[in-house]
Amino acid sequence: MRRAWLTKLLGAISIAGILILIALPLLSLLLRTPLPTLITALRQPLVAQAIQLSLITSLCTTVAIVVLGLPLAYLLAMHDFPGKRLVEAIVDLPMVLPPTVAGVGLLLAFGRTGLLGSVLRPLGIAIPFTTFAVVLAQTFVAAPFFITAAAAGLREVERRYLDAAATLRGTPAYTFWRVMLPLSARSLVAGAAMSWARALGEFGATITFAGNLQGRTQTMPLAVYIALQTDLDAAVALSVILLIVSLTILIALRSTPFGLNTRTRALRRSS
Amino acid sequence: MRRLRIGRTLGLVDGLTQARVVGVVSLALTGWSRPLAAQERSLTVFAAASLTEAFTEAGRILESREPGLEIRFNFAGSQQLALQVERGAAADVFASADERWMSTARDRGLVSDDIQAFVRNRLVAIVPTGNPGRVDRLQDLGKRGLKIVLAAEAVPAGRYSREALRKLATAPGFGADYDRRVLANVVSDEENVKAVVAKAQLGEADAGIVYRSDITAAVARAVRMLEIPKAYNVIATYPIAVLKDARNPMAARAFVAFLLSGEGQALLERHGLLRNTEPVSATADSVRR
Repeated sequence: MRRAWLTKLLGAISIAGILILIALPLLSLLLRTPLPTLITALRQPLVAQAIQLSLITSLCTTVAIVVLGLPLAYLLAMHDFPGKRLVEAIVDLPMVLPPTVAGVGLLLAFGRTGLLGSVLRPLGIAIPFTTFAVVLAQTFVAAPFFITAAAAGLREVERRYLDAAATLRGTPAYTFWRVMLPLSARSLVAGAAMSWARALGEFGATITFAGNLQGRTQTMPLAVYIALQTDLDAAVALSVILLIVSLTILIALRSTPFGLNTRTRALRRSS
Repeated sequence: MRRLRIGRTLGLVDGLTQARVVGVVSLALTGWSRPLAAQERSLTVFAAASLTEAFTEAGRILESREPGLEIRFNFAGSQQLALQVERGAAADVFASADERWMSTARDRGLVSDDIQAFVRNRLVAIVPTGNPGRVDRLQDLGKRGLKIVLAAEAVPAGRYSREALRKLATAPGFGADYDRRVLANVVSDEENVKAVVAKAQLGEADAGIVYRSDITAAVARAVRMLEIPKAYNVIATYPIAVLKDARNPMAARAFVAFLLSGEGQALLERHGLLRNTEPVSATADSVRR
């Protein structure tokens, strides 16, 4: 009895603590910006260009992550191989690494004097300070979110559906596209959306590796940081927009019954 | 900072007897409720990033002379520091790389009226030792296709750099569009001057413009300096002031006095800065205003 009371108290403290810590700053941001200020700020080239650049780069990043990450996620979910633990750890690493460290690492690898960069240089390819560098930085930090979620989703697909597909002489490719993908769609979409949100908020690796140039490498988080030092209204407006976009992604993720529908459809198809 | 003190006090608690624990805690609590000025033994200095090496050494010297004194530094772009002070960051001393951010702080009533110019700095162009962009003289900065990194315009160093480029455009042999050509080569507006140094040190930028004082021994191994002639250079004058809300105003004033003393000035000079006492040249960026 006494324990239940204690649990409730701890629960209340936890909820209050999280609300104050997370919700209060967000609320303050929203309250600080009257709508007219927001609209004026949106018209500034600094703000408009940053939003455009952020959307383009983060979408490119998400596509790249899904295309490159899905095969790896499949491999990790379905096969055992020597060194798998190590590969998994490396995949997860960017999640715990300070983004600035990621930026320095990227510079030392893909920079002009870097390991790979010095090979590319004679070919006239220089990556730092380009929009491509922004995508690389975002991909580096955001990829783990998709790969981890996708691998978990693929692993959860029940063996018997795969066996059923095999007895019906489905090729592995057919089974992957028509059985596995639909059954794990929810996890895949969730993972991709998390990666997208993370890419959208990327700051440290980007400013270190890609630099900060309006219209080319200055994404929304960078513009917020720079504007904070000169134009507080623009900074707050950008923050509010970032906040709204991210919140929309996260709410959409939770409210679409996407996975469920696909799952029943896939079940019907495979039975 | 107060919270930190108590945190540290509590950290010591483990090994103590209970009675002493109570004593320590109540002491900490009275410290909380009373103005801390009298017993404050630490000094917090907010200083422009370009002062990092010089101030770190000055701090070590003063700490060794005054046992118990602990000097903490927060080095960043002056604009960043001004913002932090304005948002209520606890600091005792503010040293800015230009008059602009100090005036901002003064206009908002954050610093005492006694603002003193204490040191000056000049700009140099830097090129990685490998010289990937083949930049051998200042004129070369205008060559098409170079990758130049400057501090952002909001950063004092960035503003001075652009001013120096405008002046160089009037110099014989540079061409009236020199500054425009150089600015067209800028691939990144860095958020503080040390980030410019880092990009050149790593060889990612073909050239950058930084303060002479940024060329420390370690940096000098990785970059080559191109001096900007005095007539076209911009001399940055650094103002320093004690904050109105300083918790340790005595130590803060002592810190400023040390920098203004002969010994302090010699120390600053050793770090590539210019003495405050030299006559201000005609090209100086004014502290008037």
